[in-house]
Amino acid sequence: MKRNLIMMLLPLALLATTEADAFDKATINQGEYLARAGDCIACHSIPGGAPFAGGLAIDSPFGKIYSTNITPSKTAGIGNYTLAQFDAALRHGERADGSNLYPAMPYPDYAMLTADDVKALYAYFMEGVAAVDQKAPATALSFPFNQRWGISFWNWMFANNKAYQPQASKSDDFNRGAYLVQGLGHCGSCHSPRGVAFQEKSYDESDASFLSGGKVGIWQAPSLRGGDKGALASWSKAELIDYLANGRNDTTAVAGEMTSVIAHSLSYLSQADLAAIADYLKSLPGDGKALPMTAAATKKTSDALNSAKVGINSGARLYLDSCGACHFTQGQGAARVFPKLDGNALVNDEDPSGLIHVVLAGARLPSTKGAPEALAMPAFGWRLNDDEVAQLLTFVRHAWNNQAPAVTAEEVAKVRQTIPQSVMNATRP
Amino acid sequence: MSRQEQPVDVVLVGLGWTNAIMGMELAQEGLNVLALERGEDRDTVPDFAYPKMADELTYGVRYKLMVKPAKSTITVRHSLAETAVPYRHLGSFLPGDGVGGAGTHWNGHTWRPMPEELRLRSYVEQTFGKNIIPKDMTIQDYGVSYEELEPHFDFFDKVLGVSGKAGNINGKIQEGGNPFEGPRSHEYPLPPLKRTLNDTMFSDAAKAQGLHPFPLPSSNASEAYTNPYGMQLGPCNFCGFCERYGCINYSKASPQTAILGALKQHKNFAYRTGCEVIKVNLSDDKKTATGVTYIDAKGEEVFQPAKLVVVGTFAYNNVRLLLLSGIGQPYDPLSNTGTVGRNYAYQMMGGATLFFKDKQFNPFIGAGSNATTVDDFAINQIDFAKEGFIGGSYLLAAQTNGQPIHSLPLPPGTPTWGADWKKAAKDYYGHAMSISSHGSNMSYRDCYLSLDPNYKDDHGLPLLRLTFDWKENDLRMTQFMKQKVAALAKGLNPDFLKVSFKDIGTHYDVRPYQTTHNVGGAIMGTDPKTSVLNRYQQSWDVHNVFVLGSSSFPQNLQYNPTMLVGALAYWSAKAIREQYLKHPGPLVQA
Repeated sequence: MKRNLIMMLLPLALLATTEADAFDKATINQGEYLARAGDCIACHSIPGGAPFAGGLAIDSPFGKIYSTNITPSKTAGIGNYTLAQFDAALRHGERADGSNLYPAMPYPDYAMLTADDVKALYAYFMEGVAAVDQKAPATALSFPFNQRWGISFWNWMFANNKAYQPQASKSDDFNRGAYLVQGLGHCGSCHSPRGVAFQEKSYDESDASFLSGGKVGIWQAPSLRGGDKGALASWSKAELIDYLANGRNDTTAVAGEMTSVIAHSLSYLSQADLAAIADYLKSLPGDGKALPMTAAATKKTSDALNSAKVGINSGARLYLDSCGACHFTQGQGAARVFPKLDGNALVNDEDPSGLIHVVLAGARLPSTKGAPEALAMPAFGWRLNDDEVAQLLTFVRHAWNNQAPAVTAEEVAKVRQTIPQSVMNATRP
Repeated sequence: MSRQEQPVDVVLVGLGWTNAIMGMELAQEGLNVLALERGEDRDTVPDFAYPKMADELTYGVRYKLMVKPAKSTITVRHSLAETAVPYRHLGSFLPGDGVGGAGTHWNGHTWRPMPEELRLRSYVEQTFGKNIIPKDMTIQDYGVSYEELEPHFDFFDKVLGVSGKAGNINGKIQEGGNPFEGPRSHEYPLPPLKRTLNDTMFSDAAKAQGLHPFPLPSSNASEAYTNPYGMQLGPCNFCGFCERYGCINYSKASPQTAILGALKQHKNFAYRTGCEVIKVNLSDDKKTATGVTYIDAKGEEVFQPAKLVVVGTFAYNNVRLLLLSGIGQPYDPLSNTGTVGRNYAYQMMGGATLFFKDKQFNPFIGAGSNATTVDDFAINQIDFAKEGFIGGSYLLAAQTNGQPIHSLPLPPGTPTWGADWKKAAKDYYGHAMSISSHGSNMSYRDCYLSLDPNYKDDHGLPLLRLTFDWKENDLRMTQFMKQKVAALAKGLNPDFLKVSFKDIGTHYDVRPYQTTHNVGGAIMGTDPKTSVLNRYQQSWDVHNVFVLGSSSFPQNLQYNPTMLVGALAYWSAKAIREQYLKHPGPLVQA
């Protein structure tokens, strides 16, 4: 979700007059809704800062990219943009001065947007957002990445620049879902694998790699393919909608980077739009890599835990002492409250970093309109050392139906270094 | 000169159960609502996080979640002839502290009052005649009926996610529930908790005597649950750290788990912690409140203007705030004038411990309201004229915890330390169960609350003084229950039996824990001469002041107070929303 839009300020003489004059309330509201769908606020604000005032530092492989002020300020924001300039920036990554935006801004996805939606967004950013006359820090990458003209080649090679074409053979829901997922939702920017030039390998369902999973920092952005043999094949449409709206459902709970996407974007979408998104994701066939689940495997581990005949310093013992209170010996947790660990995607991820992070730092669900309780797991980083976390997670990754590689103390230590001690100590006695 | 804050529509004094409810109701109305909480902010994580909470010494013995007597306490005496002295070490009752108040560290016993209890004086007079009421017993009707409160009981059941079995649905008696309860419109939201061995044994013994056992209605969720506000509870895991502790895993309904997360979604609601309200400010004619004065965490005095003041602190603190603010006339038992402080009452408890060499109860498998009960000796089941007392109790076999420091019952005659104590602890840990009685306490002319003439708090304001002692009526009631408990206990044939009930002549002792069900002092009623509040819990004297909590009870129920406290808060909120906001003024003409 780390995206960014760069706007350098122009000499005043070159400024065009804006066309932002008196959009009707309905259009502005529609624009606000679309800005939520696009989660613009996530990158274009800093925590505790004014909405859309920019300044968030986004780590890229090329250095820190700072998000810009996209408020209607005429001195620090985009208050002088015409609708055409706004459209060029949003959908094609072209700044008003003609130079290129860094593709940290997901304009290849936003290229899918209809003219009406671009106009509504423009109306909102011109008239529905408070102007903040404070410039965001300028991005200053090292050579050659500071040569923005080079991005033209990247755009020519890799970027999508076509608006969404509804498929007549598909349902309205499918088309609406595809439009939201591929376009404003820019789900592919995290959930699709990236190629050699850090481009998304695919922009729609015509390619099997689309939404088949990606990486965001230490977090796995899991495959979203929910059709036959897909990673989300076992999720019902209702569970998908609940997850998108509230970050929780009968089997799982959100952790990591997706938490803020649900808090600031998806939880604001209408039930109809979430249903459309769910429909679309359920239509994407998978590659059959879904974990096989049997009741016998679940029972085997839960019987062993229930007997309490576990080694004194074993991973199973650590599980009983630190995890069983909420996730229980069957590893089933409780619907919508405690995520199920048996078959859980984060637990079974090849790379255990995200899972380690949850154990060390804890995790908290967003408070949404539909599910206002910010349920939290406490941090265990103060209580368990690297060896213990490795042992515990190695046990969990082989318990019940789970099948994932063992965890080493070194892997734990690496994640621990990234977490402030204060976070790990928050629940210390 | 105090600093002045921006005016609000509503200021809530305290943020526990009652004001979480009131906050939600008035925020839904679109009003600008501010809660002021004396204690600190608290939430499941980080404050009640596992495994920190599972620490008996810190929380169960040293009371880390309770009010600190050095900061806030009351003085106590038995009679008007004595000089009261401060309650310096928590014992008899444990007032809560911080956001959530006592609602975070309760056990979750969730009882509706019997219809008869809400009109107790009328019920006694009509059923048995006026003359059976002792001369100085001052019991009264609430001024609100069970039927009027039923929708609020029903809704609060759903907010709490109560686990239980109904005994009476719309007049139809249900197998397995309490056949003596008032009619409820719906079954409980969740099925009863799983049963432990003590439950089964008690249930069998009760049935053998023709009694009607049923699971105690519990706000420890038996299953994952989502309440009407979208708030969620996880299934209780019987961890055995409930009463005196915050719930580690979102299983016990509390303001935090049932309301506050949803309330915080309302942008027109805000709360401030570390703000101790010392006064409700009044207009010159004393007919309306203009706001409240509080002392913030930095020690600064602040005036918070508000159009409506809702006092929802711990029961007796409500009374103290009214007295400090000059709202209503202080009660004087000698001249029998005034109302504020009148009708303080408590709770009458007794119990028996049964030891069985050959039974393993695994007491560490416990939940706050893991219990089986009978209500065959409740207020509407006893012939007061025949038995010679007014009141009732429910009997319960509970297994709430197996904590070694304060929950290690040993057979009679065991030394309290040394080798023989160690041996007994080893032999009998996990081999005992209890049967207790939890009963009503009537109100009396000389059991009351007033400002103490000698002791002051750290702001130089007088402490509240409690004048209270046990009376013969209630001791006779508990002696009656002793017979019933002993009969049930003997039916189970234990190896040893320890029975502990107050004898006639026993004086109130603040040292051993009894309950935190302190009631009365700012009671509701139908006559301004004998009550502080009208039937909507609105001050008779200052119409924009409402007072919520068990301070409204004219005498105590035989049950735990939380359900009635919550339902009354909803009842008052409804009156504010539907009547008061349209026409601010007295809702009942004096």
